[in-house]
Amino acid sequence: MIAFLMGRLAQSLILLVVVSIIGFIVLNLIPGGPMSQYALDPGMTQDDMARIAEQLGLNRPLWVQYLDWATRMVQGDWGTSFRDGSPVTAVIARHVPATLILMGSSTVIAVGIGTWIGVRGATHRYSSFDYAATIGAMIALSIPTFWFGLIGIYVFSLQLGWLPAGNMYTIGDGSLLNYLHHLIMPSIVLALVHIAIWSRFMRTATLDAISQEFVKTARAKGVSERRVIMKHVVGNALLPMITLAGVQLPSLLTGALVTETVFTWPGMGRLFLDSLGYSDYPVVMGLLMFSAVLTIAANLVADIVVALVDPRIRLA
Amino acid sequence: MRAEIQDTSAPDVALSVRGLTVSLPKGMERAYAVQNVSFDLHRGQILCVIGESGSGKSVTANTVMGLLPKAIAVSAGTITLEGREIVGMGAEELRSLRGRVVSMIFQDPLSALNPLMTIGAQIDEAMTAHGVGTPLSRRERALELLTEVGLPDPELMYHQYPFRLSGGQRQRVMIAMALALEPTILIADEPTTALDVTTQAQILKLIRDIQRRKGMSVMFITHDFGVVAEIADSVVVMEKGHVVEAGPASKVLKTPDHPYTKRLIAAVPHLRSENRVPVATAGSEPVLKVRDLVKTYRSGSKLFRTERVVPAVREASFEVKPGCTLGVVGESGSGKSSLGRLLIKLMDTDSGEILFEGRDIAALAEADFRSLRPKIQMIFQDPFASLNPRMTIGTILTVGPMAHGMPAAKAREEAKALLKLVGLDTGAYDRYPHEFSGGQRQRIGIARALMFKPKLLVADEAVSALDVSIQAQILELLDRIQRETGVAMIFITHDLRVASQICDEIAVMQKGRIVEIGPPSQIFFAPEAEYTRELVAAIPGEDFEAKTIAPAAG
Repeated sequence: MIAFLMGRLAQSLILLVVVSIIGFIVLNLIPGGPMSQYALDPGMTQDDMARIAEQLGLNRPLWVQYLDWATRMVQGDWGTSFRDGSPVTAVIARHVPATLILMGSSTVIAVGIGTWIGVRGATHRYSSFDYAATIGAMIALSIPTFWFGLIGIYVFSLQLGWLPAGNMYTIGDGSLLNYLHHLIMPSIVLALVHIAIWSRFMRTATLDAISQEFVKTARAKGVSERRVIMKHVVGNALLPMITLAGVQLPSLLTGALVTETVFTWPGMGRLFLDSLGYSDYPVVMGLLMFSAVLTIAANLVADIVVALVDPRIRLA
Repeated sequence: MRAEIQDTSAPDVALSVRGLTVSLPKGMERAYAVQNVSFDLHRGQILCVIGESGSGKSVTANTVMGLLPKAIAVSAGTITLEGREIVGMGAEELRSLRGRVVSMIFQDPLSALNPLMTIGAQIDEAMTAHGVGTPLSRRERALELLTEVGLPDPELMYHQYPFRLSGGQRQRVMIAMALALEPTILIADEPTTALDVTTQAQILKLIRDIQRRKGMSVMFITHDFGVVAEIADSVVVMEKGHVVEAGPASKVLKTPDHPYTKRLIAAVPHLRSENRVPVATAGSEPVLKVRDLVKTYRSGSKLFRTERVVPAVREASFEVKPGCTLGVVGESGSGKSSLGRLLIKLMDTDSGEILFEGRDIAALAEADFRSLRPKIQMIFQDPFASLNPRMTIGTILTVGPMAHGMPAAKAREEAKALLKLVGLDTGAYDRYPHEFSGGQRQRIGIARALMFKPKLLVADEAVSALDVSIQAQILELLDRIQRETGVAMIFITHDLRVASQICDEIAVMQKGRIVEIGPPSQIFFAPEAEYTRELVAAIPGEDFEAKTIAPAAG
């Protein structure tokens, strides 16, 4: 177990280095760059431009810039935002909670509803419920998230007036209820596609588990059908799903990016888009590294959880 | 609880099936899984239901348990279980009978236990499901049961997860679980088929002992007449959903009436008392000489002290002459399959020599060995998994030789000739694997191996997945092919009776070591090694066969 963890950790570190290098190169390939906004200012001279570039360290060769950035990064100095000069860590920290809340609630919704649909679809295979779930999943997967967001805003905010159209809270109202009220629509919209994916995989996993011999053994013991499904079938079907949950995290993160934009949610997604627009390299790189660490950590945690839950791995 | 059940039921019949017809969904190969099946299971007796795959024996058992899949329904007949009619009984009522009045154990103990629950929890569940006992009393009962089925250290077993246990131990757990509420009827669906011969003997003895001690009625489903001879009081023979013969075991075994029963009994592989008549080429130079072959599996990490070292093959030495068959027998984990994989170089050897036609192939690199590969071919165990379902038989047969440079037209011609040789129609050439039965697929597998005109065939459990009557045909085919082509063969099997049918010499393996090697007459009738003696003694039904069958068939 410890050997396994050490190995995974070493892999993760290498992966992080590779991700940062690729990110750094791609970012600098984007036309424009941080200097382009100064270039638009008619009062700027070539000398001014050169001075600013030197201040920002942009006149050095790319690999020097990278090494400098990477060394500081490792030491905990993520640099300062080109936009307002505040430390990148502080900027990110300001936006992370909103995104984590959105992702967390979406995950709970997706796993809860997806598991229920998947299990019911498998136990009532080829029923009208199963067909409806299949078609529903197809629709959820083929329609882009932002469209669902817009339709949701149109129907529930503009027409029915039940839910707020955006933002995380009403200014001046800091109550939990107000937060929750604002959370409902974005988290459901973000969850939709994940409910679809999760329910399809859960259905397959459940069908796999249900045809296992031990399920027949449980029935032969006279265990009630409800317990057979809940304990023996779902218990075993959830094992491969843990890994899926880890793999799904990046798509949840990118989904959050879109959802946050639609619902003017003050999270990392909005920050990322804004920073990209300003060519705010330090913040973009910081976000990239943060997401990479989050993704790698999620997969690692998923693997560890599988190992802990499955006695065949835990005790082997 | 048990007393009450006995009071309300007929005095001597525990289970009575009358005119049972179970229909299959439309589009299946026949309309009924079983049709007009009737039999009685008498109290305190063991009734064997025997038949080949597709005979409907398992469907019958599942119907009695009320465990039929939704798509399959009872369309006629009655099943009286301890005086209660269960056809048409509500789901909840049926559930309350399962595990309490009638219990069931299954074929594959490796998959019959929930891998995520401890043994104790699973036995406990059998009692909680019926609201019996308190946590403390159930725990005590579970420990008592584990002791009763002969598991070592019940206290430890109680907390173990299934993966820690061997197949035989898991089957014991299954039996313990089935006995938890002292049911009057036990249904055993091929409970020893997946087990090694020595383990099979132990489990059969355990079932017999428990049945006698508790006066239980047992419905035992099997395909093996050896097992029937070992434990049955009475027998029901099923073929394609019908009961073709029923009666006391001694009568059915000794004087079978129905031709199908006769055929089944005749097909049972038995120990041959005389050695095989050697093929003409047998006197020549060995095609394969193996010297001190060693293979050790290592897993885990030395650094973290989790390294596990399992010796798979230890200093194996033997030779095989052209036209001869060397049987390799042993229980699971004995290293016989590892040995087979070493010989065809699916795996690297640690040390030792494999001299094939005088050349040491153990030391050859894969690229150098490739030109020799056609000469050593393999026949696989599972005829369903070993043929690519998306390729026609023609492609399957010709793709290999063509890769080694045979012209397409010639490959096609040879493939058709071989299909004929293995007893198939040449029309099979353009068809797909799913259109063939298990036995036919195994013939295709043999034809595929022969396409290369190999000098050596390695058959790994090549007939284990087949019904006995098909098994006999395939063994005959292999024998004929060997006589016609002079190919040498390594025949790996766990079934000693099968080995005695086809082998010139037999190597007995135990824990990676060849403990004895010799002709069948020595292995079966004058074994030198203690382990060989144990193995031979464990063969089911040999007493009966030696007395009644061997002289006639031998």
